Amino acid sequence: MLKPEESATTGADLLVKALIDEEVEVVFGYPGGAVLPIYDSLFKQNRLRHILVRHEQAAVHAAEGYARSTGKVGVVLVTSGTGATNAVTGLTDALMDSIPLVCLTGQVPTHLIGNDAFQEADTTGITRPCTKHNYLVKSVGDLARSVHEAFYVARSGRPGPVVIDLPKDVLMNKHEYVAPPKVAVTHKSYRPQTQPDPKKIEQAIEMIANARRPVFYAGGGVINAGPKASKLLTQLVHLTGYPITNTLMGLGAFPASDKQFLGMLGMHGTYEANLAMHGCDVMINIGARFDDRITGNLTKFSPGSKKIHVDIDPSSINKNVHVDLAIVGDAGIVLEELVKAWKAKQPKVDQKALKAWWAEIETWRSRNCLAYKPNKQVIKPQYALERLYHHIKDKDHYITTEVGQHQMWAAQFLKFEQPNRWMTSGGLGTMGYGFPAALGVQIAHPEALVIDVAGEASILMNIQELSTAAQYRLPVKIFVLNNHYMGMVRQWQELLHGGRYSESYSESLPDFVKVADAFGAKGLRCDDPAKLDDTIKEMIELKHPVIVDVIVDEKENCFPMIPSGAAHNEMLLGPDDKQSAKVSEEGMVLV
Amino acid sequence: MSKDSAIVAHTISVLVANEPGILARVVGLFSGRGYNIESLTVAETNAKESQSRITIVTKGTPMIIEQIKAQLDRLVPVYRVRDLTVEGPHIERELALVKVKGVGEKRVEALRLADVFRAKVIDAKSDSFVFEVTGNTDKVQTFIGLMEALGLVDVVRTGIVAMSRGGEAL
Repeated sequence: MLKPEESATTGADLLVKALIDEEVEVVFGYPGGAVLPIYDSLFKQNRLRHILVRHEQAAVHAAEGYARSTGKVGVVLVTSGTGATNAVTGLTDALMDSIPLVCLTGQVPTHLIGNDAFQEADTTGITRPCTKHNYLVKSVGDLARSVHEAFYVARSGRPGPVVIDLPKDVLMNKHEYVAPPKVAVTHKSYRPQTQPDPKKIEQAIEMIANARRPVFYAGGGVINAGPKASKLLTQLVHLTGYPITNTLMGLGAFPASDKQFLGMLGMHGTYEANLAMHGCDVMINIGARFDDRITGNLTKFSPGSKKIHVDIDPSSINKNVHVDLAIVGDAGIVLEELVKAWKAKQPKVDQKALKAWWAEIETWRSRNCLAYKPNKQVIKPQYALERLYHHIKDKDHYITTEVGQHQMWAAQFLKFEQPNRWMTSGGLGTMGYGFPAALGVQIAHPEALVIDVAGEASILMNIQELSTAAQYRLPVKIFVLNNHYMGMVRQWQELLHGGRYSESYSESLPDFVKVADAFGAKGLRCDDPAKLDDTIKEMIELKHPVIVDVIVDEKENCFPMIPSGAAHNEMLLGPDDKQSAKVSEEGMVLV
Repeated sequence: MSKDSAIVAHTISVLVANEPGILARVVGLFSGRGYNIESLTVAETNAKESQSRITIVTKGTPMIIEQIKAQLDRLVPVYRVRDLTVEGPHIERELALVKVKGVGEKRVEALRLADVFRAKVIDAKSDSFVFEVTGNTDKVQTFIGLMEALGLVDVVRTGIVAMSRGGEAL
């Protein structure tokens, strides 16, 4: 039997032990003064792998990529003050997109807190609005318990980022270890509702069965509920024979190649998806949150429909759109109940009405809204993505993106058959997200083909991570659609601001091939549509991190588009459609 | 104005874990999401369980009030959120300290009114009083209004505390 003082270990060692007990395998981080004891503990063990990033924001995005592609909690370790403030963008991104993270931040010793000490910041104060919850651990005795609780909070209910602020003296003081609770934690005040109300399942089945022009609208909640939820969604959609559209966050929750899939909806969604949303009589929202990028003008949003909303977060319900039936619960569990109830009841669907509805949808689909004018001289960005998809579709692949036009084209032209394969910053719209996220994905899936679809402006926001990619030999491919503009800004300036391209030209761009070379990666460039296939093949074959600088049409715009303040049935279908819908004054105010 | 968009005041009771930062979380939620706080009171109510009770009076459309409650309930250290305004009869009380300076007839009148309002004198000098008045907001407001003409110099108010009627706990 050990004496208490012998079994006691330092806070830093306790932390590492707690992380291992929480089945953490990888930590993305960057050292600094306040977290030196943790780095010392990491040095003395070999269970936890630490990935050294080159900027704390990238650590968080890498952990997000890891979390989204595995369903596990991503872990970040940064120092006090600037380490923590640099992580804020990533934390906000994870909060907006409901990604489970635990971010460990160093803090100055407890006796210096509040003294404006070197590298001191009020981390819990700063991160309070951008985390699901946060902790300041003031005593080593609370440390292990706080870590276990943080993991539980991060992954349960609607997932999100949790910060644990760790003063340096707490990391150096000694205490005995507290193991994670054997049974599922019941938190004293935090109890997310996962089981739906059975009465509401019955009501939902009735509403769904009696629909004449139904549409399923599924979002990131289905992905967050685990791969089984996606399978159940697919089963339910097949059982009913109804059409389905996915949000940007929900791509992959339903196989894109399936005939019942209408594509993505929203601002740059397909014509058929948006018109189905506009004209439906019953909308079944599963794990989506009626985001403004989905609804467009709220007063004109799907005016004639009864709406069912399944969400694990009660605050998502009736926030933007009033719904007729709200089901609070985990998307996976709700879907399981719906499938079970549908099979048990075998309700009769009005097949004649459904057939007519599908016929209407097919006429919308036949407009082929994603069509673009091919060009033999310059590479069209859409063409580049079509070719990319052609070459990767049979490979085990994961896609991340930055933010802007390329992101929307990627969502339109790459097809996702499975969940957890598509990582993009939906809520916050973080330029610089995709590359570090891709590093996190590649760490989790070393053998897979991981591609960051990027723009030349976005990629510069975290380009330093090429160094991380080189250090860990992560063969991430960065597929840059280089149009020499912040494309989405340029598009809005063209459509809304009289073509005054204020500060949106990407001036003084680096030579990306040389940049790659300087970092020990490979650089390729292509500006000829005829050579694009060879370039993509070469990119895939290279076992290195690669930047492919694809020089694309500078003036191409992303269509279809619902202009700000407009409704789903007021979409712009292409460049020639520009004059038909004028942006209202209210629309101009919206982002 | 339609019924759905009418702005109504609601008194909301929130049972929270008494831990550092909890008040900042609640207040930050209101400022960050653009909700109004008309009044807010907080104190520990159960030392053994380390629980505090927050009473918030807020204004908004029915949709906003529902949002506020859902957002509060989502905070990890929040045990329960109850909207006293919709959940049946409840009582509200507020306490104010009212300092009045004056001599002669005004001083006598102040004392007389204090008696009518059942306000207690808790400090007295030859030319001043501090009254303690308790009641619903209306009563406290009226008393303060009356004192204005009689030499009111200072007021401090607790804000509203509220509780449902009957034998049920929160």
